[in-house]
Amino acid sequence: MIRVTLPYHLRNLAKVDAEVQLEVPSPVTIGAVLDSLEARYPVLRGTIRDQATLRRRPFIRFFACKEDLSNEPASAQVAEAIAAGTEPFMIVGAMAGG
Amino acid sequence: MSSIRVLVGTRKGAFVLTSDGKRDKWDVAGPHFAGWEMYHLKGSPVDPNCIYASQSSGWFGQIIQRSDDGGKTWSPPGVKPEDLMGPDGMPKGQSNMFAYEGDAGTHKWYDGTQHPWEFKRIWHVEPSLTDHDTVYAGAEDAAIFKSTDGGKSWKELSSLRRVKGQLWQPGAGGMAVHTILIDPKNPNRIYIAISAAGAFRTDDGGQTWKPINRGLKSQYELPDPDAEVGHCVHRIAIHPSRPDVVFMQKHWDVMRTDNAGDQWSEVSGNLPTDFGFPIDVHAHEPETIYVVPIKSDSEHFPIDGKLQVWRSRSGGNEWEALTNGLPQKNCYVNVLRDAMCVDSLDPCGIYFGTTGGQVYVSPDGGNNWNAIVHDLPPVLSVEVQTLR
Repeated sequence: MIRVTLPYHLRNLAKVDAEVQLEVPSPVTIGAVLDSLEARYPVLRGTIRDQATLRRRPFIRFFACKEDLSNEPASAQVAEAIAAGTEPFMIVGAMAGG
Repeated sequence: MSSIRVLVGTRKGAFVLTSDGKRDKWDVAGPHFAGWEMYHLKGSPVDPNCIYASQSSGWFGQIIQRSDDGGKTWSPPGVKPEDLMGPDGMPKGQSNMFAYEGDAGTHKWYDGTQHPWEFKRIWHVEPSLTDHDTVYAGAEDAAIFKSTDGGKSWKELSSLRRVKGQLWQPGAGGMAVHTILIDPKNPNRIYIAISAAGAFRTDDGGQTWKPINRGLKSQYELPDPDAEVGHCVHRIAIHPSRPDVVFMQKHWDVMRTDNAGDQWSEVSGNLPTDFGFPIDVHAHEPETIYVVPIKSDSEHFPIDGKLQVWRSRSGGNEWEALTNGLPQKNCYVNVLRDAMCVDSLDPCGIYFGTTGGQVYVSPDGGNNWNAIVHDLPPVLSVEVQTLR
């Protein structure tokens, strides 16, 4: 099981708690995690990445294992700790605004 | 007994205000979608309990929400549990997908160069006057989308952007289709308005569009004051009994046309300033119109801190200030273009919301005003439903 945490507004939108657990087929890539998340919660499609280009939205960040994965390609495999479910894959709303 | 439901979109959520027909005691529900920008909510004239809402965020993009119980509960069309899986096993949930048709092309950017069309948000939703599942949406960057399945999927009426779209240039507030008016006598005729592009009309249900800006003069905003496109139209309004008569609050100037936009003339008359954003028409008097004069394009607040609605009973030119119940000192709010509306009771109720978070009602056509609420987030839009 992959653990994914969502920011407050997306939790409300998907009507879930802070963390969701997903079955993600191997190899577990960033793109595969997002595919599984959106398949389970279709309302999230377009809110994390553009529906057409699949590019990450500008004010979304991906953190895991104290690393910023935001600019990693979708094909990048996540760390073993994430694939094993011991560490969460964190989807975060970037600091922006004032 | 009639009742009233006011749908308020704000920078930080949506609110639903309800009252009986007296319009003196109000219940306030919300915030719905707390923390999100709610640009616009509007109910279907066919089924008032069906309400569409545009929910957006700089972080998370665009969501369309629909309520089927008068605003009590909401869900994005197409993602109810029974809708989750389509026949191919793939999830639905396209209700927030607004894709420009074909090659999106480019428009004029602030520096004069060409810039790609990029979807940002939905400013305005306009349900069909006759069909429960048909609804239009006005987008930034400027485009109009149509759904025929209750908001589950959207298709652009793309010929609009071919009307010299390469010359459209965003203003300070962006470049959006902010007004959509469906002709109640001819559903194939739709008027739309775009800030910094102008007003446009289709007579064939959106297959083709033409600019309707003849007579507009923008001597301070355009190198050619009489240009075919490029005028900063802030709002247009019609009375359902006379859809060929259209009133306009332009950046500067209040205008009217009596021939569906083929020729406009100025009716600013004795207004203290003819800059402003909203304009609307009395429900029962097609020549009675309302504007909120704002000092200037440089100072977006009422003159001398006095919030005044101005009314003309002659279709323009002769105007009177309506001040009873409105703050007449130290008031420096703005009233945005989608934040004024009228109910259809008799006497007609007039409503508007401010960037200071007040929503005002006049239950007597503008003679007297009361604040329904004082301290909401900045109000982006106000729509009213008259329920019988």
